[in-house]
Amino acid sequence: MTKDKAYEPFEVDQRMVAHSNYWAGEMGSRFYITLRDKKKILGVRCTKCNKTFWPPRTTCVFCFSKLDELVEIGPYGTLETFTLVTYSEPVHPRKAPFVYGIVKLDGADTGMAHFIDEVDFNKVHIGMRVKPVFAKEKKGNILDIQYFKPI
Amino acid sequence: MKRNVAIIGGGQTYHAARRHDVNQVEMTNEAIRRALDDAQMRIDEIDAVLVSNMEFFEGTHMTDCWMADGSGAYGKPGIKITTGGTVGATTVCVGAHYVASGLFDNVLCVAFEKQEEGDTGAILSSVAHPLWGRSLAGAAVGYFAMMGSSYMAAWGAKEEHSAMVAVKARQNARKNKYAHLKLDITIEDALNSRMLAWPIRMLDMCPASNGACAMILADEKTAKDRCKKPVWIRAMETAHNEQFELDWRDVKTKRPIFSKVCASRIYKKLGVSDPAKYFDVFEVYEPATWAELVWYEDLGLCKPGEGFKLIEKGMTNIDGPIPVNPSGGVLSTNCIGASAMLRVWEAALQIRGDAGGHQVPKDVNRALTTAYGGTNWAVMTALSKTLD
Repeated sequence: MTKDKAYEPFEVDQRMVAHSNYWAGEMGSRFYITLRDKKKILGVRCTKCNKTFWPPRTTCVFCFSKLDELVEIGPYGTLETFTLVTYSEPVHPRKAPFVYGIVKLDGADTGMAHFIDEVDFNKVHIGMRVKPVFAKEKKGNILDIQYFKPI
Repeated sequence: MKRNVAIIGGGQTYHAARRHDVNQVEMTNEAIRRALDDAQMRIDEIDAVLVSNMEFFEGTHMTDCWMADGSGAYGKPGIKITTGGTVGATTVCVGAHYVASGLFDNVLCVAFEKQEEGDTGAILSSVAHPLWGRSLAGAAVGYFAMMGSSYMAAWGAKEEHSAMVAVKARQNARKNKYAHLKLDITIEDALNSRMLAWPIRMLDMCPASNGACAMILADEKTAKDRCKKPVWIRAMETAHNEQFELDWRDVKTKRPIFSKVCASRIYKKLGVSDPAKYFDVFEVYEPATWAELVWYEDLGLCKPGEGFKLIEKGMTNIDGPIPVNPSGGVLSTNCIGASAMLRVWEAALQIRGDAGGHQVPKDVNRALTTAYGGTNWAVMTALSKTLD
């Protein structure tokens, strides 16, 4: 359906680099410092809803209560769903193939998206029990849990 | 609603992976001129202009400002709307509020995306939560892949079922002169296409399209005076959950999920007990095949766990009893900022009987459309031919 145009299309190239710094806040700071220094994973409890959330936050998403009860969750967890990524894109955090899934840590009511490594691609399954491997070199982000692997 | 609101005109560009012949404003203007022609209206009769696209997808912000020439917004009231994949439907929703409130009579809603000009993959990673999701973020494929693997494990569906959705979409697209991926494919082709992220294959995913859509909304008096085939917006509804990296749910969850909550609220407003019978056609937002099967269930077109049986039996085919996405849907055309508005416009065309090659072969009096965004947010719009 493209019409023949009486001009040659011309393209203008623009490039942009953008860097951001995000302050992690009350719960995020506690979570990341505890992860870095103690290799422990924190969630937050809402006693009114009887739920434990990851990531920890100061307001319950269900009842809007203020939350302050940090609790340790995991480190073991269960794979709730997963995918085996077999294509590569520059934006991907790592090269294919890799397994990406949702891990529900023991004691938590919500899942955490993460990588599943050291796993046989033919054996990975929903319901698989996993445990975290902590990064040796800390980056100060969620990749301080480097990945999860089958127990 | 305080005042009735009608769609009195609309238009879309043809959709394609490459539009080197036009810039963003020129492309968007094509849809706007078609919408004005369709409504037989001049731009100076428009009271307000709402502009929408995906935030930053082309590496730009404030498109409402630098598009004020081609959008027709110069000197007029209006706002820019950015609500992710839902944005085109949100814009119609906001436009309907503008008219229903009595503050404006004629509102132009504009939605576009020129995906080839930006770095969609990189920008999509900025949709993820900056503290918890960004370090792991890839493109949209992962979310739908995990939806697919969860769906299969829960209900016993097979990859063949997602392939059936892939084929239906592209075969319908072949009947739609504006669609992007008009592919004459079979279930085998879909199952043999390249695996991206199990169980999502190339043909299970939407394309990256360039395109625009525009619609003109008006009050009842203007609609009846000026338009031969007004299509009435009867109800709108939106609902949010958190993003999936923080808020995964398997398909069997009992929690109040955005899509089901949204559907139950809009059905309550309209007094709908059997949506599959009440509505004559559906246009749902399905960037991936599995999403369409989940929509069947979340919309209550079948019982939970039976979505894949609907596609298996051909129930949702263009000539089936519950036609879903006769346009070819998002799987065939995804100019993201415009995709949710295209659902509403395509549903309006079905009600008018003006869908052309992809008109469903039955009377269409009522239609329902959905939209996804970010990724756990839905917007729904219910349309009708008459005000009864």
